[in-house]
This record gives sequence, structure tokens and C-alpha cells, in this order.
Amino acid sequence: MDLLIFKAPILMVQASMDGILLGVLFALIAYGMALQWGVMNIINIAQGELVIMGGYIAYFMYTAGIHPALGIIVSPIIMYFVGWFLYKTVIYKVVDRDLFISILATFGISILTQQLMNFVFGADVVVAQSNFGTTMLFDNSVTLPNAKIFSALVSIIFAIALVMYMKKSRLGRAIRATAQNSRAAKILGVDTEKVYAATFGINAALCGVAGSLIAITFTLHPYVGLPYTVRSFMIVIVAGLGNLPGVALSGMGLGVFEEFADYILGTEFRIGSVFMLLVFILVYRRFKLSRKREYLK
Amino acid sequence: MKGNKLIIYGLLLAFGLAAPFIFPAYKLQISFMWILVILALTWDVQGGQMGYNSFGNILFFGIGMYICAGIQIGMFFPLAEWTSSGGEKTFLHTPSQYFQGFFVGLVLAGIVPAIVAALIGYGILGLRGHYFAICTLGLGIAAGEIAGGIELIGAGQGMTAPPWPKGIGDTELRSEFFYFLCFILMVVTFIFLKWAYQTRFGLILNAIRDNEDKAEAMGIYTMRYKIIGWIVSAFFLGIAGGLMGNMVGYIEPTEIAFAGATYGVFMVLMAILGGKGTLWGPVIGAVAFHIFKEGFWTFFLGWQYVALGALIVVIVVFFPEGIMGWLREKYPEKFGEIVDEADRKAQVELK
Repeated sequence: MDLLIFKAPILMVQASMDGILLGVLFALIAYGMALQWGVMNIINIAQGELVIMGGYIAYFMYTAGIHPALGIIVSPIIMYFVGWFLYKTVIYKVVDRDLFISILATFGISILTQQLMNFVFGADVVVAQSNFGTTMLFDNSVTLPNAKIFSALVSIIFAIALVMYMKKSRLGRAIRATAQNSRAAKILGVDTEKVYAATFGINAALCGVAGSLIAITFTLHPYVGLPYTVRSFMIVIVAGLGNLPGVALSGMGLGVFEEFADYILGTEFRIGSVFMLLVFILVYRRFKLSRKREYLK
Repeated sequence: MKGNKLIIYGLLLAFGLAAPFIFPAYKLQISFMWILVILALTWDVQGGQMGYNSFGNILFFGIGMYICAGIQIGMFFPLAEWTSSGGEKTFLHTPSQYFQGFFVGLVLAGIVPAIVAALIGYGILGLRGHYFAICTLGLGIAAGEIAGGIELIGAGQGMTAPPWPKGIGDTELRSEFFYFLCFILMVVTFIFLKWAYQTRFGLILNAIRDNEDKAEAMGIYTMRYKIIGWIVSAFFLGIAGGLMGNMVGYIEPTEIAFAGATYGVFMVLMAILGGKGTLWGPVIGAVAFHIFKEGFWTFFLGWQYVALGALIVVIVVFFPEGIMGWLREKYPEKFGEIVDEADRKAQVELK
């Protein structure tokens, strides 16, 4: 194998570091997905589009002359209302129904938002410069942009804050109660409609944070949402619903996998390898589960 | 009743045969409509009859498209040179070469996707519900991404299908040729599925949809029938893909061949619009969808995908039972259901 990554092993360190920093970001998106899947039992294909939309808010601030890193505060606030609006118009109809309906309906939303973003922001690849500089490690052979480190730190802070919020606050308790048993929660006086709307809003807000971080670390484009949806779906099914350390770990694992796939297979197969990994994980899971089922018989 | 049905079928067939001469300007549009009918019909084998909502049937469509065009070219000329020239240096097929290549290409465009379906079927059809949906979605998109990285078939640039050979008629003849091929394929698919749904095979598919574990417990090898169902879909979809590739004349990995966001969704949408799980539903849905699409696309110029997204949401969320489902609810007698008037009234009162 005469691949660059095997000739220069230091690149492996580079790829792993990049992958872990990227994976934390994926884990944040996946956390939102796990939240709405667990509470409302819907799979949101438009998750990636919400991320990209949040990113464009940060980019819009950048073009207006405000530092894009401030997007992590503005973008979740706007995205919360976007999520709330989506819930009130469409999602409320698909909660508690066949999952396929929610998949297809959110697929429609995803196509719609993609096109709207295409009209509003144009089809160019954009990036918001943060001017954070870079950190050099190991005699300048590993370069880490400070923006990536910043984004990983912010993701961790937001994730911890959200976990605390879900544990301590009244709304967080209501959300967890609804996730456990929505009927019982309703009987005990929880307004589940409000809880659902809030959950979807919180998910959208998380996507907004992740999107504005993506805007400063990577690139934005109206049509790259779907890979983010698939990544977060993959992380959630690997980790399982409600397993937060698992979400973080599998997110990092996915990030590292992607960086290595990038070096070994080439950049043109990067997205393809993510989707193939999804297929492999699902098929592997099916064989594992089917063995268990036969054992139980 | 029986005579009535025959007359309707005869009229539809006569319309299909005469359409290119009645509406010569819309020949290509009607050919696309037949392709869409095939897409909806084959999707309904999984989505409607078997209860497996696939987003990845577009995979077979794209494979068929690439296989057909690749074989048409590769039988007579070096394929790598053809694709790398990007349409500038085109080799010319003689008429006999063209039709030989086309025939072999179409046959293989059916067989290869069927084999692919058989190979991946065991792994993927074991997934249930939304896991199956997401897995097939990933499969379709992965295929597009991977096809976009392979140099031999033109990578992201795409490849051109062989042009119509010179010396045997003009473009009118070409579009009539493709029109009748599409129409015949649609009729064959329809008749085959109509026959298949009446056999034990159709009953088993419905049993899988209604309760797979129970069907398995009754001694049906559900996996075998699921794979056969997928092979049937893949076979017809592959041939449709081969035809489509030649008709369009240009094959691009993510926009035409493995177009998950357009044709991949269209097929689901058309089947749902018409009413999934019925034989006529996908046909009606596809025709209605195509007319809507072509009629209104021009008004929404530039906004067509926004309109498409809104249409998906509206159909799925507010009208999930489709046209046939709606008709069935309204006139259950026409669908061979025995209606007890007193019972129906009692139900209305309960509501």
C-alpha cells in the first residue's frame, strides 16, 4: 500500500485529532435526534437541513460584519422558533403515527428548506472566517485550527448544559415524563402538546448551535444536509436511545472513521463511505439481533 | 361487469397505442409518464403490497441505466475512451450495431439489478420498518456517490448514451421507437403484477405486510418471498432505467441515474397519491402526478422543488390514503366489500 497515510504515520495522529473534534459536533446533532426520537417517536430527515439553516444564520451575521462565533448564541434562539413553527404546521400531525409517515413528511420538509436556502443564500459553497488561528503540535507536523477546538468545546458545554436542564428544570422533567409514558404524563397534568413543541424547538436549537459551529469550521452549502441527518441517525442507532456517553463515543468514532476514509479512499468517496457505513451497521445489527431472537426461542 | 372491464382495458390500450399520433408534440412526455407508471408500480410491490417502505429502489433504476448504456458502447468501442472524451469524440454506431447493443443492453439491464437485489436482499430485507427505510435511503445515495467516483463510467461528469444511428429515419422515428418500448414495458409490468397479485405469491406478500411474524409462524418462508418480490421490482426497474438512459441520452450519477431526491421520492409519492397496496393506485397516482408536475412546473419555474416539498408534506400528512383509498371509503360496494347498512349507520352514530 503506497498510500500517503501509511508513509507518514503522523498523518494518522492528524486524522484522529480531526476526527475526534468533528465527532463531538456530530454527537451534538445526534443528541437532538435522540431527544426527538425518544420523546415524540419521529425520525426527522430534515435534521441536516436545520443544521445548515443554523449555519447560514451565522454566515449571515458574518456578512453583516458581526463575528460568526456569536452565532452560537443567536442561531439557537432563531432556530428554536423555526422548530416550534415546523411543529405547529406539520409535525403535530405525524407524532404518534407510523414512523414512515414522519420520515416521508420530514423528507418533504427537507427538500423544501433546501430549495428555500438555495434561493435565499445562493448555491455557492460558503465559509465564515473566524480568524482564530491554528495550533501546531509535534514539531508543526499536526495542525489543528483553533476554530475546531473551539467548536468541540462549545459542543461539550451545550451538551452538558442541556443534560443538566433536562435533569433539573420543570420542563426537562415534563419532557422526560412524556418520553416514558405520554398518556400517564397527560393524566398527571403535563401539557404534552407544549412538551412536544418545546422538544422539537430544543432539537432545532441544538441544530442551530451545531450549524453555526460548522459555518466557522467547515463549509456550508444548501444541499449537504442529508449526510448530517444520516450521521446522526447512525450515531443514535449505534449508541441507543438515551445513552449519552454512547452518543459521544460513537460520534467521535464516526468522525475518526470519516477522516481515515478520506485519506485512504479519497475525498470523492467520503460521503459515499458514510452512507455505506450506515448500510453495513444496519445489516450487522440485523444479523446480531436475529441471532438473539433465535436464542430466545 | 366482465364485459365492461374488457371495454375499459381495450380503450386504454387503444389510447396508449394511438397517443403518439394524436399528440405528436407530447410523445416524449407521455413516454416519461409510462416510465413513471413503471416506477410507481414496482415500488408498490414493496411499499404497498409487502409493507416495506423502500427509498432505495432507485438503486436498480440507476444500475440498469449504467449497465445498458455501458454495454451498448462497450460491445463495439472502448468504453473508457468514450467516457473520457466526454461527448467530443463520439464513435458512431451503425444501425445493426445500435440495435444489437440496445437489445443485449436492455436484457442485461434487467438481469444485473435482479442479481444485485438477490445478493443484497438477504441482508437488507431482514430489517424492519423505519430501519429498512433509512437503510435503503442510504443505499440509494451511496450508489450515486460511488458512481460519481468511478472513472470508467464518467465519474461525476456522467456519460452520454449512444446517439441514434444515422440513415434510418429522423428524430420522430426515434421518439416513436422509445415511446412504444416504454408503453410495452409498462403494459408487461402491469399484466405481470396483476397476474402475480392473484397468485399465492401476492397473498404471501400481503400476509407479510399484515403480520410478518404470524406469516412466518404459519410456515411461510417470508424471506424467500421478500427477496423474490425485490427481484421482480429490480428487473422491471432496471429495464426502465436502461430505456430512460437512452431516451434522455445523457447519464449523470446523482441527478439522473441515482436521483434519490427526484425519481426516488417520486415513486413513493406517486404510489401514495394513487393509493398504495392497490393495483390501479400507482397507475392513477403516476398519471395524476405527471400531469400535475408538467402542468404546474412551468408556473413554478425555479420554485418547482419548493412546490414538490410542499406537495410531499400535504399528500403524506393530510391525504395518506390516496385516491384509491378515498374512493374505497366512499364506494365500498364497488370494491367488492360487503356493506352492512345498519352496521355503517351504527358506526356513524358512535362517532
